[in-house]
Amino acid sequence: MSVSELPPLSSAPGPHVRAVHDQFHGDLLEVSMGPHHPSTHGVFRMIVTLDGETVVKLKPVFGYLHRNHEKIGENTSYLGSMPYTDRLDYLCSMTNNWSYALAVEKLSGQTVPERAEYLRIILAELTRLLNHTCLAGFLLQDGGASGTPLMYAFREREKILDLFEALSGSRMMCNYQRFGGCRADAPPSWLGAALTLADNYGRFLDEFEKLLTGNEILMARTQGIGRLPARLAVSAGITGPMLRAAGVAYDIRKVDGYGLYPRFDFRVPLGDHGDTYDRYMVRVLEMRESIKILQQALRDIPGGPVMDTKARLRGFRAKPGEVYSRIEGPKGEIGFYLISEGGPNPYRYRVRPPSFVNLTILEDLCLGHSIADTVVILGSIDIVLGEVDR
Amino acid sequence: MSDAAPPPPTLTDAERDELRRQGILLTSLEELYNWGRSHSVWPLNFGLACCAIEMMAASMARFDIARFGSEVFRPSPRQADLLIVSGTVTKKMTPQVVRLWNQMPEPKYCIAMGACAISGGPFKQGYNVLKGIDRYVPVDIYIPGCPPRPEALLHGLMQLQEKIRGQAISGRDAPRHLQPDMACDYPVPEFGQHDLEPPQNPALWQPPVLTRKEGA
Repeated sequence: MSVSELPPLSSAPGPHVRAVHDQFHGDLLEVSMGPHHPSTHGVFRMIVTLDGETVVKLKPVFGYLHRNHEKIGENTSYLGSMPYTDRLDYLCSMTNNWSYALAVEKLSGQTVPERAEYLRIILAELTRLLNHTCLAGFLLQDGGASGTPLMYAFREREKILDLFEALSGSRMMCNYQRFGGCRADAPPSWLGAALTLADNYGRFLDEFEKLLTGNEILMARTQGIGRLPARLAVSAGITGPMLRAAGVAYDIRKVDGYGLYPRFDFRVPLGDHGDTYDRYMVRVLEMRESIKILQQALRDIPGGPVMDTKARLRGFRAKPGEVYSRIEGPKGEIGFYLISEGGPNPYRYRVRPPSFVNLTILEDLCLGHSIADTVVILGSIDIVLGEVDR
Repeated sequence: MSDAAPPPPTLTDAERDELRRQGILLTSLEELYNWGRSHSVWPLNFGLACCAIEMMAASMARFDIARFGSEVFRPSPRQADLLIVSGTVTKKMTPQVVRLWNQMPEPKYCIAMGACAISGGPFKQGYNVLKGIDRYVPVDIYIPGCPPRPEALLHGLMQLQEKIRGQAISGRDAPRHLQPDMACDYPVPEFGQHDLEPPQNPALWQPPVLTRKEGA
């Protein structure tokens, strides 16, 4: 879909602009939210200018978790950067690993055995389940439902983390994928446990949705709040569930068909209104599609090696050149851009973080809404500061 | 040895247990006070990075930090007893962390959770990463790991409880806030031309001195 086909943005001033110019007699109030604020998902700061309770200006302040990921990546060997990618978006280490491994594989022309491709898809979809479940919990926590939805979400998260730990040895920082395959093979018992989890996850989603989806308070807090027009989403480079909630059918799993995704039968859920409720709903529907992918992958996974026999990890030198690889992470397009000059480490190492790019339209979403809504809108964008600030 | 007065007679643990079985509780004010304090340590709801997710996991159903009386995560530093520095402290964030610590009322404790909070961890070589929060804030418990498992956080919390139970209410072993000559306010660093000014609080941390052996 091209930008020209999308409906145009309205040029009429919104209600917030009228509030400033016509009826406004008092003082504006500037509130600094963060970097220590329970709802900002880490150390993120918003300088919000308020007219009463209505947001008239919002200035995001980044950099409180800028830990020099890219600069460190330029001074570290290709393999040495893999554990750092875990710590980018620390909820989704497996998809970060995959995107980085894909970049180096493209650079060096390595192939990946079929079993490893299946394992990568299984782990990426498990990560998607984990991320979307936690997001729904955090969103509701920000909305004021203290505790309960997050408890349900973390109960399921622990089950997925147990699988990750059994396979990679670590709960959160898996450091599992390598260029040319995966670090360790999954035993049949692990595949069985993953299939049990996938089969039971639908029941958890039913329970979760029964609590939330039709909930009157959730609908009142999220429907019509933070509406994102499709044209703005496309021109700002928004990706992932946020873009699809605005009604644009763009999923890199379908567009690029990387890995073995073309073999799988799944649908891409789209939103109608682009509001916060749609962003919640699209993620719930995506989880149901992920379960389908998981069941297909766990049924069809072939035997064989999980590492390319010609792969060389230590002392690895890439051919000179530059490469960009991207995958559909749970938050959107996670990409790595590498320039190699033939040395043991990349000359330039750049991350394309989905949550940073998705955060750029925060002000457009929040203008005209109340200060309490900014918290819910921020929650629905789904940011992780490790990735925003890098 | 000398003809000093013999120590006052004390009860053995077995005798105490026997009395407790008969419904008589013998304790000192100090023990009662510390027992109460150690079982209601309220942490500050303050996440920095990856470790914050594991901190949250520790407060959820599976690990259930409520068993140790610490489930009341307070969003305001004025109501908190415990600062869990959970993640990488960058130089941009350091003044805010120290200010939060200053805003907490005494008695207060600090846990450095994870490699980053202890020493900068994997990001130590980064130009914007503080190489350990103990340069500005007195740390009571260090929990290594990247990130530490929730069980490790619970273990750290139990160690802290042990430490609280061992504190005196008066005298030389009394905690900081009961000693009039101890500072409770810590200087907040500022951005200088190149780095944080001062680069550390010299009363808390000093760079290690390397001494050469004679003739080496």
